[in-house]
Amino acid sequence: MGNFPDIEFKLGDYVEDFVNFLDEVLEPLFDLIFFISSRFIGAISDVLTWIPWWVFIILIFLLGWYFKSILSGVFYAVFIFLVGTFGLWEYLMMTISIVLTAVIICLVIGVPIGVWMAFSKGFSSVMRPILDAMQTMPSFVYLIPAIFFFGLGNVSAIFATLIYALPPVIRLTELAIRGVDPEVIESAQSFGSSRWQMLKKVQLPQALPTIMAGVNQTTMMALAMVVIASMVGAKGLGEQVLISINRIDIALGFEAGISIVFLAIIIDRVTGGVADKFQKHRRAK
Amino acid sequence: MAKNKIKIEHVSKIFGPKPKSVIPMVRDGMSKAEILKETNHTVGVYDASMEINEGEIFVIMGLSGSGKSTLIRCFNLLNKPTDGAIKVDDENIVKYNASELRKFRQDKIAMVFQHFGLFNHRTVMENVEYGLEIKNVSKEERQKIAQDNIEIVGLKGFEDKYPEELSGGMQQRVGLARALTNDPDILLMDEPFSALDPLIRRDMQLELLDIQERLKKTIIFITHDVNEAFKIGDRVAVMKDGKVVQVGTPEEILESPANEYITDFIADIDRSKILQAENIMFKPNALVSLKDGLKVAIKEMKENGISSVFVVDRGRHLKGIVTIDAAIKGVKEKKTLEDVLDTDVSVVKKEEYVNDIIPKALESKFPLAVVNEDNKLEGLILRVHVLSGLVADDVEESREYHGYMQNNEVNE
Ligand SMILES: Nc1ncnc2c1ncn2[C@@H]1O[C@H](COP(=O)(O)OP(=O)(O)OP(=O)(O)O)[C@@H](O)[C@H]1O
Ligand SMILES: [Mg+2]
Repeated sequence: MGNFPDIEFKLGDYVEDFVNFLDEVLEPLFDLIFFISSRFIGAISDVLTWIPWWVFIILIFLLGWYFKSILSGVFYAVFIFLVGTFGLWEYLMMTISIVLTAVIICLVIGVPIGVWMAFSKGFSSVMRPILDAMQTMPSFVYLIPAIFFFGLGNVSAIFATLIYALPPVIRLTELAIRGVDPEVIESAQSFGSSRWQMLKKVQLPQALPTIMAGVNQTTMMALAMVVIASMVGAKGLGEQVLISINRIDIALGFEAGISIVFLAIIIDRVTGGVADKFQKHRRAK
Repeated sequence: MAKNKIKIEHVSKIFGPKPKSVIPMVRDGMSKAEILKETNHTVGVYDASMEINEGEIFVIMGLSGSGKSTLIRCFNLLNKPTDGAIKVDDENIVKYNASELRKFRQDKIAMVFQHFGLFNHRTVMENVEYGLEIKNVSKEERQKIAQDNIEIVGLKGFEDKYPEELSGGMQQRVGLARALTNDPDILLMDEPFSALDPLIRRDMQLELLDIQERLKKTIIFITHDVNEAFKIGDRVAVMKDGKVVQVGTPEEILESPANEYITDFIADIDRSKILQAENIMFKPNALVSLKDGLKVAIKEMKENGISSVFVVDRGRHLKGIVTIDAAIKGVKEKKTLEDVLDTDVSVVKKEEYVNDIIPKALESKFPLAVVNEDNKLEGLILRVHVLSGLVADDVEESREYHGYMQNNEVNE
């Protein structure tokens, strides 16, 4: 008989217990996170909806122009205009708010972790497998503890997005800090820089182009989570896609889908352009 | 005698997990290669001792891997010595704690790097002011000082450029200005010009000497180029396999290399660019004064077995030369010394490089007269000596070929 013997190891149960335990013990922390991120999203979406639509389109045009080319600017502006004509303007703004919030939190958490990993081999070797796991675990799995901690809604979506999108910024920060030319580090040392001065004035600025590449990746991954995150109640374009799946509404599905693609293109090009600008005065290595 | 600025006492630097454990093995005479094979430790520097005087350019030279960088990086503790003491102004810097070390680096010592080590995210100005920025000097003041130094190295007008936009030579000027801005007593330069092409390198060497003339820093300069070492070094230390094999002035090392290694090292050196007139001249022990007259001149020449003699006035200022033939003829014709004097003598300064006096030596029919800064006659150089100074053999041999001053003592 090829049946597996009757040995049971209920790993899932333990994890569940652990999550329960976390929820109990860390409740104040989760409340705080909830409070901060919901306020954050609220503030950003308030600003975005307060801006008149045409101002927003002009802003997008200017971003495209400054970081890419005038033609790109025109294209991006047209993209955004099209999304508006689909009747998805508010949803677009909501999605942008969620993505922006997620990316900002990613940076605030990710850069220091990356820096710490660059300085500590021990910490780095502990973090690496965790980051691998974060990236390879199917992203749906994060949704469950997210709901558990934060209930349905945007905050859960952000939490799930964070876990998924955090690794690139951490990895690239570590890589970038480690990759700073040792002679440059030494020259900063030779002038008597303190550790903090070194980090602030030399290592981080030197690492910035690479960190920006991480921001680009993180943003794209956050955007990729938009549809999945809508399953835990995130509003915005992802929600529209989800609705269209439920209703088998091809028209809405396509419009919402293509809007996400437009947004992805713009975000990718603009953050890529920012990274290039930072790269400008650097030695090609 | 100049004051000692830095004293290196038995400094060793060993790389590896347990560096101290290796010291006894080196002491017992194991070679660098053996130690690497058996213990997996690299001997960077072993038992280096030297004294560096205030205001001198001290050059450390040696082949690649001989431990020059390892040693110079001990001076500002980028490398912490495994053993030994480094005393700067009589303080052992190896014992400094973190904040003392920071202070020392901020105030006393600065370094110029082989590949410049510039901050490419900062403009030239921002690079140069970095050292002062670290010390929290106000923006206004530090930019003023930085500006002065940018001008000293000749980069006026490039303040807002990024290092990437400059040529290699200009980038190293930024490196130099950045180091000077802290107004350090000691300047460390690890092969600062190696990455530059030869013409630019020569300019930079001259400029460094120029700047040194004005600022009088204590400079420790590393190079693997013997010509560079001898050109700019007041004194030179030669390293081999982590050990210091000889310390001395360029002339001392040229004249009496401590061993085979150094002999090989200096074999390809272009001596004519290192040796100065005073290194190959000798003192005339036959000299005739104008008032001595022809008879005395003839007597001097005969006694010394020479065919001509320099004539000077009372202040040892050169008046001319008289040959034995002209003198004998002059006596017959009842002329005075002044009448037969030949004034067509080529005069060179004591500190002129041999390289530069070659043309004069080739044209002149008499020995060259060497004068000091007061134009007093100091010595003379034979044509053959100029040329023999170029081949690596000793000057002495050539004397035998030339009957000119056979009996003379040589001024060394
Ligand atoms: N950080 C280090 N770890 C291990 N070994 C080192 C380290 N730095 C230097 N060494 C070794 O120490 C020895 C001396 O190296 P060093 O860089 O001082 O030579 P160098 O004279 O400056 O040579 P170059 O002219 O190539 O710069 C070499 O064998 C080198 O491999
Ligand atoms: Mg070196």
